[in-house]
Amino acid sequence: MQISFTLNGRPTTVDVEPATLVAELLREQLNLTGTHIGCDTSQCGACVVHLNGLPVKSCTLLAPGLDGASLLTIEGLQGAPGSNRMHPMQEAFREHHGLQCGFCTPGMLMTAVALATEKPDLTEADVRHALEGNICRCTGYQNIVVSVMAGAAAMNAAKGE
Amino acid sequence: MKPFAYHQPDQIPAAAKLLASIDDSKLVAGGMTLIPTLKQRLASPVALVDLSRLGSLKGITDDGATITIGAMTPHAVVASSKLVQTKIPGLAALASMIGDPAVRSRGTIGGSVANNDPAADYPAGVLGLGATVITSTREIAADKFFLGLFETALQPGEIITAIRFPVPLKAGYAKFKAPASRYALVGVFVAKFADGVRVAVTGAGPGVFRVPPMEAALSGNFDASAIAAIKIDNDGLTSDIHAEADYRAHLVTVMAKRAVDAALS
Repeated sequence: MQISFTLNGRPTTVDVEPATLVAELLREQLNLTGTHIGCDTSQCGACVVHLNGLPVKSCTLLAPGLDGASLLTIEGLQGAPGSNRMHPMQEAFREHHGLQCGFCTPGMLMTAVALATEKPDLTEADVRHALEGNICRCTGYQNIVVSVMAGAAAMNAAKGE
Repeated sequence: MKPFAYHQPDQIPAAAKLLASIDDSKLVAGGMTLIPTLKQRLASPVALVDLSRLGSLKGITDDGATITIGAMTPHAVVASSKLVQTKIPGLAALASMIGDPAVRSRGTIGGSVANNDPAADYPAGVLGLGATVITSTREIAADKFFLGLFETALQPGEIITAIRFPVPLKAGYAKFKAPASRYALVGVFVAKFADGVRVAVTGAGPGVFRVPPMEAALSGNFDASAIAAIKIDNDGLTSDIHAEADYRAHLVTVMAKRAVDAALS
């Protein structure tokens, strides 16, 4: 079946089998391999993308559900328009060493950006609650939580500019 | 996943007709249970009927003494709804405890109630509040809806369209969650109405159930101390890798006390 949706701001039309997962579509058909498949059982969160602005696990989303929707992947996350800068949340992860092997990082970033967008005044408890569905086996989460707090603050500051 | 046909009807009668006319077809709402089930090949329907284009199944309405939540309303919307937070804060709190943010973006109240997972959160809220399940053909009281392990009163071809909740004087939910899945090891919903208190338990047994001795005690004195000495029988409760029946029985009292405290806070 044919589906049309907006992918990282660009209109996209693809032919898919209905039994295609969005994570597969992105990685195998559209060559966007920034979205990682970790557990493939909707637990680890490495595959989180934004569907109509909300964080979802793309390993547990059928491609037909994209029709008419807007999808943002890690490849679409960027800094201020016209610049080559990283998104403030990505900068914060770099600055605060919020990753080690980096496998979980795309999903962490997408969850973090959705959280900071929805709730500008974050507490550490909010961050830890929101990251329940994103698993990291390297960092012990301390630096990820620090990064998300800093990234959210930077997003707020950028909004005020 | 095995291949399947995909239908996206935009009217309830069309959806019901597809479901009735295609043997071995299944409804998909948010897909948070169904898609993992398909991936594990525990189910292999020939067709899916997607409910996401049925706009009449979304949204929350204030009916005064009740509020009605459309079946396709995601958990995140219920959790952040000012209306639900104001009228039944215990229900908004329950929705905020389901899964993780990504699951709450997609998972729906109708899907959760129709699936009737023995450890799901919503069945406790629906039974605890004495809600009414509204379907494409009729209305079903919560007390007659949940029949056991993944079993409900729904007939083949019947589609949940909304859940109607009476607004209680007070209500609260507390759960002891399994740390990996975030399902309820034991979850207890407590609701106080002018004519009495209802207590519903999920996670402890093969299906959601009420606890009449706690309801009687709390109807006399709506305070956690009133049920501190009430123990439930572990006969028929679940024992598995996560917890033995004895432990679940113990947790029912603990979570019921916490739910009362939450309702009073």
